[in-house]
Parts: sequence; C-alpha cells; structure tokens
Amino acid sequence: MFNKIHLSALTVVGAAVIAILPTTGAAQQALTVASWGGAYTNSQVEAYHKPFTAKTGIKITSADWGGTLGEISAQVKSGNIKWDVVDLEAAEALKGCEEGLLERIDPSKLPAGADGTPAAKDFSPGMILPCAIGVIVYSNVVAFDKAKYGANGPKALEDFFNVAKFPGKRGLKKDPSVTLEWALMADGVAVNDVYKVLGTPAGVDRAFKKLDTIKSSIVWWTAGAQPPQLLASGEVVMTHSWHGRIVDANVKEKKDFALVWDGQIQIPDLYAILKGTKNLEAAQEFVRFASSSQPLADQAKYIPYAPTRNSSLALIPASNPLKVYLPNAGHPGRSMPTNSQFWMENGDDLNKRFSAWLAK
Amino acid sequence: MVADSTTALGQRLRKAERRGHFWAYVLIAPLFLFVALSFIVPLGTVLLNSVYDPIIPDNLSRTVRALDAWNGPRDQVPPEPVFAALAQDLKIAVQEQKAGAIANRLNIEESGLRTIFMRAARRVAAQEEGPWAPFFEAADPAWAQPLIWGNIRNLAEPTHSLFFLSALDSRRLADASVAPQPEDQRIHITIYLRTLGVALTVTLACLALGFPLAYLLAHLRDKTANLLLILVLLPFWTSLLVRTTAWMVVLQKEGVINSLLQAVGLITEPLPLVYNRFGVVAAMTHILLPFMILPMYSVMRQIPASYVRAARSLGASPSTAFLRVYLPQCIPGIGAGALLVFILALGYYITPALLGGSTDQMISYFVADNMGRSLNWGLASALAAILLAAVLVLYAIYDRIAGPGNLKLG
Repeated sequence: MFNKIHLSALTVVGAAVIAILPTTGAAQQALTVASWGGAYTNSQVEAYHKPFTAKTGIKITSADWGGTLGEISAQVKSGNIKWDVVDLEAAEALKGCEEGLLERIDPSKLPAGADGTPAAKDFSPGMILPCAIGVIVYSNVVAFDKAKYGANGPKALEDFFNVAKFPGKRGLKKDPSVTLEWALMADGVAVNDVYKVLGTPAGVDRAFKKLDTIKSSIVWWTAGAQPPQLLASGEVVMTHSWHGRIVDANVKEKKDFALVWDGQIQIPDLYAILKGTKNLEAAQEFVRFASSSQPLADQAKYIPYAPTRNSSLALIPASNPLKVYLPNAGHPGRSMPTNSQFWMENGDDLNKRFSAWLAK
Repeated sequence: MVADSTTALGQRLRKAERRGHFWAYVLIAPLFLFVALSFIVPLGTVLLNSVYDPIIPDNLSRTVRALDAWNGPRDQVPPEPVFAALAQDLKIAVQEQKAGAIANRLNIEESGLRTIFMRAARRVAAQEEGPWAPFFEAADPAWAQPLIWGNIRNLAEPTHSLFFLSALDSRRLADASVAPQPEDQRIHITIYLRTLGVALTVTLACLALGFPLAYLLAHLRDKTANLLLILVLLPFWTSLLVRTTAWMVVLQKEGVINSLLQAVGLITEPLPLVYNRFGVVAAMTHILLPFMILPMYSVMRQIPASYVRAARSLGASPSTAFLRVYLPQCIPGIGAGALLVFILALGYYITPALLGGSTDQMISYFVADNMGRSLNWGLASALAAILLAAVLVLYAIYDRIAGPGNLKLG
C-alpha cells in the first residue's frame, strides 16, 4: 500500500517534470548551424556564433555537412529537421529554393551596412538570393609544399595538368565544379569563355579529355580538411584546395605550403534556412546578424575569406596579417568567379557524366 | 475419478504451457517490434521508392489525363488541350514550389529537360490565357518536339520499372522502346561485377589467413587459446572508421610500411599501397577476418581428435587424413565464415570510399551518391534492391550446393 502511494507520487512528479521541460527549453532557445567543418567552421564560431549568443542568449551548435542537397532533402521531406541554418554554395541555394527545401528570406529586413549603405547596395552582386544570403567568398587554388620544390614549384594552372614536368599525385575535390573549369582553362580556353564552352557537348568532351591525361595521378578528396593533410603526409605533390585551409595550416601548424593563385575560381558561401524549422525566427535573426558588417569583417581575423559586404571590407584593418590572402587582394594570374546559374542548370547532367567518368 | 484427475492434470499442464508461451512471446515482443520498426519498415519504404514514383501523376495530373484522352502516336506533338492542361498544372506547381522537383524528375530521364521545363515554369505565371502551344514553343522550341512529351508519358503511371532499367544500364526512350544507356553512362553492371570481385577476393584472403589461425586456436590449450581469441576479437572493440583510418596511416606514401621498406633498402621509391584496390582489399580483409575465424574455430573445436588419429592408425598419410577426414568436417564452419564475410563485404561503403581510388568504389558508393548528390532516390533504391536480390540468390545457390545442414554459425 505504502509502496503504491510512493509510486503514484513519483509518477505525478515525473509527469510534472516532463510537462515543464519544453517550457524551460523554449526560454533556452538553441540553433543548429551546419557548415563545412575545420578552420572554416571555427572562424564562423568565433565571428558569428559567439557574439550572437552573447547578444541574444540563443545557443548555437555546429554540425558538419557535405554540401549536397540530399542531406537537406531527407530532413525536410521527413519533417525531422536537425539543422536550422546551413552554409551552402549558390547553385545549391538556387536549386534548393526552387524545390521548396529552403525558407524565403526577406531582403528588406537585412540591416544596413556599418557606414549606412542600405543592404541591397552594400552586398556584392548576386549575394542576396530568394532563399539565401552570401557571407563570404573563398577561392579554389592549387597548393604545394615549398619544402619539396624550393623555387621551382608550379607557377601556373597548366603545371597542375603537366605530369611530365611535375610528376606525382595531385589532389582534386571529387566534384565536377572547379575540376571541369580548370581542365578547360589549362587546355587554353580563355577565362571569359569557360562557361560558354562548357555549355556545349563538345566543350564537356574536351574537359574530360583533358582530365583523362592526369586521371591516374589524381587523389580525390571530399572534405576541406583533407588537402592540407594530403600535402603534409606527402601523399600528393600538389592539390586543389580552398585557399583558407592552406593559410590556416601555415599559420597554425607552421607548414610551408605555397599557393598558385593563377586560375583561382572564386565561390561564395551563403546562409540559408531549412524549410519547416521550428526555430524560424531565431534562425532568421541569426542569418541577419551573421551577414551584418561587423561579424563579416571579424571573420577575416580567423580565415582569409572575403566578406560579401563592401562596408565590411573597410572594417578589416591593414594590420590584419591575413588581409594579403583575401581572394581579391591583387594576386597574379587568371581569376574568375564561379557561374552559379550555370551550375544550377547543368549541375545534375555534369554530375552524372562525372560520376560515370570516375567509375570507369 | 482417475480419468478425471488425468484430464484435469492435462488441462493444467496445457494451461501452464500456454502461459509459458504467452510470456515467451511477451518477452520477445520488444525485439520483434524493434526489428520491425528499425529494419523491416524502413527497408520496405526504401525498396518501394524503386518502383513507386508519383511525382508526375501527382503534380501534372491534368496533363496526364489530357495526354491519355488524346493518346496520339509517340512521334507526334499533342494538341492544344494538352498544352492548356500543362499550363494549368504548371501555375499550381510554381505556386507550391514544386516545379523544381518535376523538372529534376524529367531531367533524370533525359539530360537537358530541366532547363526546358523551368523556362516554361518561370514564364507561365505572367501569362493569363492561351493559345498555349505557341506560348510553350516561344519559351523553348523543344516543346514542339515529341521528346519531352514522350518522357512525360513514360512517367505518367505512379509505378514503373524505369529505375530498374537504369540500374541495369538501360533506359526507355521517348518512343517507349527500351535501349541501352549511352556509352559514357553505362557503369552499373561493371560496378556490380567489381563489387562481386572485391567481395570474393576478400573472402578468399580471409579464408587463407583465417584457416591456419582457427586451426591453431582449436588445438591449443584452453588458456592460451582464450588469450589468442581475445586478440582476434580486439579489433571489434574499435570503431570501423578508426580501423580504416589506421590503415590509411599504415599504407600511405610516407606511412609505416613504406618507411620501413625504404629504411631496410628493399625499395627506393614508395609503393602505391593506398587509394587503389590493394588498400581496399587489405583493410577489408583485416576488418572482416574475425567473422571468418570465429565460425571455423567453433566448428573445429567440436571435431574429435580421435578421428584423425583413427585415420592415421588405419594407414592414411598425414595429408590424406587431413584432406579426407579433417577438412570435410570443417566445411560447415568454412561455409558459414565465407558466406558471412562475402555478404558483409558486398555492402561495404566506408572502407573503399576512404582507401580506394575512383575505380575501386563498390555499389554502396553509388547508392549513397544517388541518394545524396544526384537526389535520385529511385535509382538508389533499385541499385540496393538488385544487390539484395543478388545476395538472396547467392544464398539459395549455396544452400542448394552445400545443403542446409552445412552451415554452422557457432
């Protein structure tokens, strides 16, 4: 008898605790932001997450993802949403928006720049999309270990494709984007014509034919943290890399890696909100905060990626040692921005062709 | 009286047995529920994706009905009412943010249809009324060709076999005939054969390495055998990912093996041991070895030593005694180990992904690639279903050859 009373009392207390939990949870709001991991996520934690939590009390958890829409699609379609905000590239942002996987973002609510410029004019062109707001621009470059080559290292993109002059394995991201553009550039296509050529079947054949010449020497990587490791372990003599990862390895691990800026392809990263997230308002607030002038400028302290607002560029002090590594800091050689519209329209077809080419 | 008490006893006994059964069912109910919810239901849902694909009939229902009503030959473009139905469907699809999904579905069948479809979808909201055929043709001349219409008609039914065709390197053309995929897209059969090849190599390697060890374990004193058995089991206590990455460290260009061989002076240039087939097979063999050893060991332990002794005393040479008396008794263990390793190896994903080159990827990689990157869940399900069917067929063949008794898992 006594035991029974005890038990039912426990049940009541337990039920009460469970009933209270969600309300205390609401006061302690939390967001999950998915990004690309390593040095990049780290720079976002320092420049966006920490100040945002200090300002609003909303805690932020970081998650890593691989950048493919499948990962978002699975969450949205099942209604089991793990990430509130994702850092993605423009082609995926456009496609995800069209497919109803991302929330629309109201551009009129974006704060003006620190110098008072309205957001619409402050952001570089193409950084305000219907479902995503650009935060940084990074560059795809070739990196090599200076210790291996001394002064005789690769200097132009053509050297990446020249196995006779520079024998050894090369790292490339397992992705047709950048890979196909580079193949055409190294095959003599002018920067301005790359997408025009790649838009034709003959151009695609030409790119794959060029890639065939180095196919057996390629080590394919999938995560941004891999290229510095591949260089450090001597697995490859040179590698395609997101330039910030190489600079980070030089600064933090005292490596002596060099960048070949010739042929750099600049790609923006954007923030988008998953459709159907329960934390919509907090997520919107976070995106507006992260893409405002000061946090964007602060991020350059941790990784040399260019802010997407002009007003932020002015806030990066000349004393910042990473400033010389920003993609647009006047590097020698050819340089081009990616064409997100092209990749949105042709990405599926080129991916299919690329997967089949890889498997043969 | 006596009869009465026997029936009463019998009843009580049956009652007790029923109660026993009832409790047995209650006790396994959680396991049954768990297996049903975590395995059978998701697997069924995934496999369903390979034949059930309602995007087109759901979102272009008017168009599909209009096409049905017209039912013209495949080499002709449908008349105005079909265009009007499509315009109406498209307006709704754009409003509901579904146009992208429809365009993607069409593009899976025929490269380039995505762009054609989206061009019309972007313009349709601004157009109030027809004639619609010229409107679509102005958006893209491809609408006046039978190609896109044939593909819509191929997808008009919610269940179809297109994904299985694609998994077997074929496709249905706009004129409804079946043809092989273009040369540069024909990869799946190669990949299936490669998957079988890798799994077979790994099984043979496991057998070659595992048999002597299992024999040794079975014939040692219990104390020593137990100690060695723990060493066999040790890899189970570290995660698959850790073991795979460890192999990366061991095999890489400046890794343990290459440094050692170079230091000894056996080689001058580092050997390519990783990002190729060798790395995949070596690591998979190591990871799967315990699955081979354990069933063999448990079978070998139960083989009485007196049989071989009897054979020897009757005049058999050591090799004859081994081959004709000992080995046949090991078959159930070898069969179980080999089947276990082979089936596990068929589905390997992470080890080939990390240690293999682009031409060493197995079928699981393409399942994942179609799930995540290409968003072609139907094809991914079809590829998985074929793998599952292959495993079941192989099991049935094994069962037929070796007999149901010749499988002993411990």
